[in-house]
Amino acid sequence: MPVTERKLKFAFYWGASCGGCEIAVLDIDEKILDVAAAADILFWPVAVDTKYSDVEAMEDGFIDVCFFNGAIRTSEQEELAHLLRRKSGCLVAFGSCAAMGGIPGLANLANRDKIFETAYLDNPSTSNPGRTLPSKESRVKEGTLTLPEFHDRVRALHQVTDVDYFLPGCPPPTNLILEAVNAVIKGELPPKGSVIAPEKSVCEECRFEKSEKMLTEIRRIYEVEKVEDRCLLEQGIICLGPATRGGCSARCLDAYMPCTGCGGPTPNSMDQGGKMISALASILGLEGEEALPDEEIERLLDGIVDPVGTFYKYGLAAALINRRLEG
Amino acid sequence: MERIGVFVCHCGINISSMVDVESIVERVRELDGVVEAKSYKYMCSDRGAQIIKKSIEEKGIDGAVIACCSPRMHEPTFRGVAEDGGMNPFTVEIANIREQCSWAHDSRERSTEKAMKLVMSSVAKARLLEPLERGRTPVIPNALVIGGGIAGIQASLDLANEGFRVYLVEKDPSIGGRMAQLDKTFPTLDCSSCILTPKMMEVYHHPNIDLMTYSEVLSIEGSIGDYRVKVRRKPRYVDVDRCTGCGDCVTACRMRDRIPDEFNMGLSNRSAIYIQFPQAIPLKAVMDSETCLFHRFGKCGDGPLCVEACEAEAIDFEQKEEVAELNVGAIVVATGYDLLDPASLHEYGYSRSKNVITTLELERLISSSGPTKGEVRLPSSGERPRSVTMIMCVGSRDETQCSWCCRIGCMTALKQVILLRENLGEEVEINILYTDIRSFGKGYEEFYRNVRAENTNFFRGRPSEVRIRNEDIRIDIFDTITNKLFEIRTDMVVLVPAVVPRADSGEFARMMNLSRSGDGFLLEAHLKLKPMDTFVNGIFIAGCCQGPKDITDTVAQASGAASRAAGILSKKELENDPLIAVVDADLCSGCRICISLCPYSAIEPVVETMAGEEVVHAEINEVLCQGCGACVAACPSGAINQMGFKDNQILAMIGVLNDCSDAGGLK
Repeated sequence: MPVTERKLKFAFYWGASCGGCEIAVLDIDEKILDVAAAADILFWPVAVDTKYSDVEAMEDGFIDVCFFNGAIRTSEQEELAHLLRRKSGCLVAFGSCAAMGGIPGLANLANRDKIFETAYLDNPSTSNPGRTLPSKESRVKEGTLTLPEFHDRVRALHQVTDVDYFLPGCPPPTNLILEAVNAVIKGELPPKGSVIAPEKSVCEECRFEKSEKMLTEIRRIYEVEKVEDRCLLEQGIICLGPATRGGCSARCLDAYMPCTGCGGPTPNSMDQGGKMISALASILGLEGEEALPDEEIERLLDGIVDPVGTFYKYGLAAALINRRLEG
Repeated sequence: MERIGVFVCHCGINISSMVDVESIVERVRELDGVVEAKSYKYMCSDRGAQIIKKSIEEKGIDGAVIACCSPRMHEPTFRGVAEDGGMNPFTVEIANIREQCSWAHDSRERSTEKAMKLVMSSVAKARLLEPLERGRTPVIPNALVIGGGIAGIQASLDLANEGFRVYLVEKDPSIGGRMAQLDKTFPTLDCSSCILTPKMMEVYHHPNIDLMTYSEVLSIEGSIGDYRVKVRRKPRYVDVDRCTGCGDCVTACRMRDRIPDEFNMGLSNRSAIYIQFPQAIPLKAVMDSETCLFHRFGKCGDGPLCVEACEAEAIDFEQKEEVAELNVGAIVVATGYDLLDPASLHEYGYSRSKNVITTLELERLISSSGPTKGEVRLPSSGERPRSVTMIMCVGSRDETQCSWCCRIGCMTALKQVILLRENLGEEVEINILYTDIRSFGKGYEEFYRNVRAENTNFFRGRPSEVRIRNEDIRIDIFDTITNKLFEIRTDMVVLVPAVVPRADSGEFARMMNLSRSGDGFLLEAHLKLKPMDTFVNGIFIAGCCQGPKDITDTVAQASGAASRAAGILSKKELENDPLIAVVDADLCSGCRICISLCPYSAIEPVVETMAGEEVVHAEINEVLCQGCGACVAACPSGAINQMGFKDNQILAMIGVLNDCSDAGGLK
């Protein structure tokens, strides 16, 4: 029976995520009732008590659409990614973490050992005299306890399994969620691999006036006494808007906060952070750059605090250079 | 491209000694899309060209990979061959297996392996190349020359003599510029006016030159071959067709001798209506509305005396400013220089004593048409100076003022030594305080030796202070040749000020979209190889607006710039290279990052209405774009593509070289 003529079957899952995407689903307000009318929600750990074994018992492709949010950090998440892929006709990477690793992806600047050391041993507020670290198996007198394995690196969903659509955003904007759900309900899905968002960057939707860009310095937002009603980048504030896919109505900018890039790269861009670095390098100290002394260049660059966190806040795990390797 | 021919060159033994050319030919024959693979000893020869053309004809190849030397050498050659043979010239790809392979390595086996990969990567790119067409722009055969000094005069005459219409725009009432203010020129001691005024007359009477004095360029639009320029023509309040230049109005003016005369550097006074100097071209009066009583107060006694005095009835208080619109194909900028105001160096006392003057002021004092009719006198008392001291490098070669050498100061001072002796007699004491004597031009060193042989005191060093008490001037100078401290008592100090960019050069450069170097002078496209070109195609620079230079170099550069401009104007149409950057309007969100950084000012934001909404996107002018790629690298949303170097083409090459074509990531 074609999907449009029967009630749809949805699943939601969360990997390494903060829970914001779950809230975003509810954020479509009363329209959730329309969704409930059009679809049965078979699996949603945050709200519905379905067991993994119930999912395993389903036929392959039984679920019409699975919205998967969160990155892949543990073996449990990886298992579920494969399981839900098998059981779902359509798998959507929902939110920046699933689409490109998201903020958890910044952990790729370290590895498992470093993360464990920081979290369980070196943290000033942690007392761990036995130096106990999480392990896959722990023997206690009652038997053996197991934990999922903590991988060495964080991956985006498409780096683990085949993904049909991407719905970026931290969390994805309500209008895009509705657009995606409606497309499924009507059976009007775009070509496989599409990002469900406009093609142009955030600047297209940003209300601020833009003029020529020649930055003389970089400032963090708290260093600006009064943010003016014009392009933040022109005021020396790093805004990833021009390198980031829109669809969010530039809401952060409406609140005078720069875009941090949750929409991911634009269609023709391979590496969002790399593109923004290249753009910024092109306009920083542009006036009289032929005569710019090295110390001045250093000073300008020192204005960029935490470059990876700035340019790859959401995209590190899926970037061209996506992790730190020791050696 | 679907039918690719690969042509591997032996380059004599330059390539074949280190690369097994035949094994490459055999291997590439197997590649997808390759329908022809050949080698030849000299692919760039006529016989090589025949091989390629035959393949186009017989095998119907639509793309070619030439494995040979650097594309800098023969890319144009092979594009030409392909075009001759009926193929699109822009589907030719060069694999550099000489400079980047055979010449660089000493293992034949590994060089062959590398050459193979280079050729294979070029084939991968050739599959994705697109045929491109050259754009064409018609050329307007008129030229604009901005600035009527010797540079602008020379450039105008050269262009006009080649048969092009020339608009010469000068902001002052007369052409002539700085050179008209000089008495004599070094090293020949030619009378400056005597060699300049014939050229000024020639400009005035030349049928191909439209002289626009007392005018300024307001705005410029368009690009090479077709510039549209607006010129503001300030009102002279004198009908130039009637004015005979008799000067009766000047003598009659109520403000006579009451307004500092700019041409004489303020050493004399003029009227409100005046003729800039006796040899002015055009020799027409001009009324300065800021000082004219009638203009300021609407009343000049019982009636303006100039009107009464003018028999030709040329005075016209009703004249209005006009804006002329010109259409030109090329532009020569020759806006000249300023001298540093020595008041900024307090220690030299320029603003504390009338008897501390500059070389240009001395030039006016020496000139027979100057304020003292050629008699050098102390400005304070009118007496003959018995001792004159010249201080060189005032602001020049000085990190706190101008780091550069003014290139004319030493020779100007040396020349003025001779002129002062002619004027004041042999007995006048002349001291020269110098840093180094730079007498680099033809005949300059000989000139310097002659002056040095005369009774002139040379001190090597920079004075710490010029101490002034009434008429008494004393200078402390530590002479670094004798290692002694001297105190000089002198009547007159002549400062040799630095040559600086025109005060309005920043504003002017912005208006013209020209770049400036760190010193503020207009920036040439290449200091050595394109000294008259700018980064804006079709705009050339000549003379001191580019940097300090003497008359000899200025004239040479002006002729050079005129010749560069004529090269454009003599063509009916210009062909535009299609290997340029192109904006995908569907992806551009109008962030404007590219616009500020384009060195050729080729990018503009355009507003379009899409689905009822106004959207802004960047647009690249294909005539101005030089294909440098700066915007392509900078575009944060990947909306700009470089033709012939698209991402997919480059990634295909990297894929072959790296055996890893999956760039991954979220698309």
